[in-house]
Amino acid sequence: MSVKQISVFLENKPGTLKKLTGLLTDNNINIRALSVVDTKDFGIVRMLVDDVYATTSVLSDNHFIASLNSVLVVAIPDEVGGLDKLLTNFEQAEINIEYMYAFAGKKGAYMIFRVGDTKKAEAAFARLGLASLSSEDMAEV
Amino acid sequence: MERYYQQEIECASRETIKALQEEKLQRQIRHVWENVPYYRKKLEAKGLRPEDIKSSADLYKLPFLSKADLREAYPYGLLAKPLKDCVRIQSTSGTTGKRVVAFYTQKDIDMWEECCARAIVAAGGSNEDVCQVSYGYGLFTGGPGLNGGSHKVGCLTIPASSGNTERQIMFIMDLKATILCCTPSYAAYLGESMKEMGYKPEDIPLKIGIFGAEAWSEEMRRDIEATLGIKAYDIYGLTEISGPGVSFECSAQNGMHINEDHFLVETIDPKTGEVLPEGSQGELVFTALDKEAFPLLRYRTRDICTLNREPCSCGRTHVRMMKLKGRSDDMMVIRGVNVFPSQIETVLLNHGYAANYQIIVDRVNNTDTLDVKVEMTPQMFTDNVGEIDERRKELADGIKSILGIRAKVSLVAPKTIERSEGKAVRVIDKRKI
Repeated sequence: MSVKQISVFLENKPGTLKKLTGLLTDNNINIRALSVVDTKDFGIVRMLVDDVYATTSVLSDNHFIASLNSVLVVAIPDEVGGLDKLLTNFEQAEINIEYMYAFAGKKGAYMIFRVGDTKKAEAAFARLGLASLSSEDMAEV
Repeated sequence: MERYYQQEIECASRETIKALQEEKLQRQIRHVWENVPYYRKKLEAKGLRPEDIKSSADLYKLPFLSKADLREAYPYGLLAKPLKDCVRIQSTSGTTGKRVVAFYTQKDIDMWEECCARAIVAAGGSNEDVCQVSYGYGLFTGGPGLNGGSHKVGCLTIPASSGNTERQIMFIMDLKATILCCTPSYAAYLGESMKEMGYKPEDIPLKIGIFGAEAWSEEMRRDIEATLGIKAYDIYGLTEISGPGVSFECSAQNGMHINEDHFLVETIDPKTGEVLPEGSQGELVFTALDKEAFPLLRYRTRDICTLNREPCSCGRTHVRMMKLKGRSDDMMVIRGVNVFPSQIETVLLNHGYAANYQIIVDRVNNTDTLDVKVEMTPQMFTDNVGEIDERRKELADGIKSILGIRAKVSLVAPKTIERSEGKAVRVIDKRKI
């Protein structure tokens, strides 16, 4: 299963991220996970939110440029080798990771993976008996 | 089928037009000699009298007039008719100092409006059309000129003037406007706004656009045509010579026919002032053959373009001026290279960006810097930083290949580059030279 992630284009100048978070707050949208990549003059904010549809509508109404992508969200046991074990599976299944970031849910730690081929990764997960979260699961964790 | 407002003169033979021009030129030189001491002094300084100009072949002997002369002679120095015969002024802003003021008799206004009527009919307009004029009204010639032309054609005219985009759109939709007249940058802005409101090209009643007062690229034309679902035609003019309608595009959309029965055109080398053979790229110089109140001889436009006398498929015989290369005023010299904003615009549109851009020129450590700010579009955005950088690099390479110099391209958030409802502010030159 995969989850929809929203990526937003932000100009690299003071106040732009605040404008985004302010807008989401005003619309009662909760950010579950967030990561910022930046270059010299622009940045991309990637986030998981509790209401994807409301977020994309609000963003487009307010002239933000955003795109939707599928990402895999996987629970990671809080112990030595937790991530390493998972990545061993990725390696064996030849899944290429484009980027990843972490978030702490109510029940534990999770990693968010953007992979080269989401469909292929989902099939490998099923084959290996690994669980990745659905958007319904996300509401619970 | 091609339609004409004044077919007889618009399609007259070269000989007929030439003979008419010669006759009018003689009359006009005498009129200026007798009534404009400012220009008479210029002639006398060169030892010239009206009889020295036997035909248009002697035109090169006449001194030029430029914007500087118009400022110097402000306000009444170039007026050639008593005030009791004048009915209107129009005015244009200079880059510095005083405004330029031009005067009109009723006959001058009729001639000007007829030129605009020719443009509207050439674009396919008729008395069946509803014509929304969204150029500014007032001192600017855009609104009054097209308004008059629209009346002459018999269109139902909506004198919307510029600004208040929501009301513009409401009129277009509710009154079913079929012709839109405004600046190309405002047309693009209207198109963008209508698209955002959910209007598809086929929902929009407009069929024809007549856009001028700014240089615009072929790509921008295609863009506007696609979003508004229209055919877009260029129109050209300047207040000093009359206003919009000095030249206009026909169904061929390939160059603007200059109304040669009213305006005599030359191309000159902007550096030396030498007359260039027809067909060479140079600065346009106009002599107004019929203007009574403000009869400028050999007025330098600063506009760079080429003339084309090949027969046109529309049947009009008047010479065409090809797409403006830009105003020599707009031309920037960056690291010794001549750069027109329209060249950069072409690259942007070819790469899928909107024509919302700003060019910032500065000088750092004695080297010119060229920074092009471009608004990100949803089509161009991806989640991948590397890909965005790749696209930015492609854009910078595209600019390099056209201009020969490298520009720094920055991507900015949508709607952050200032939109003007009149002319666009495309260039900010911070250099202190």
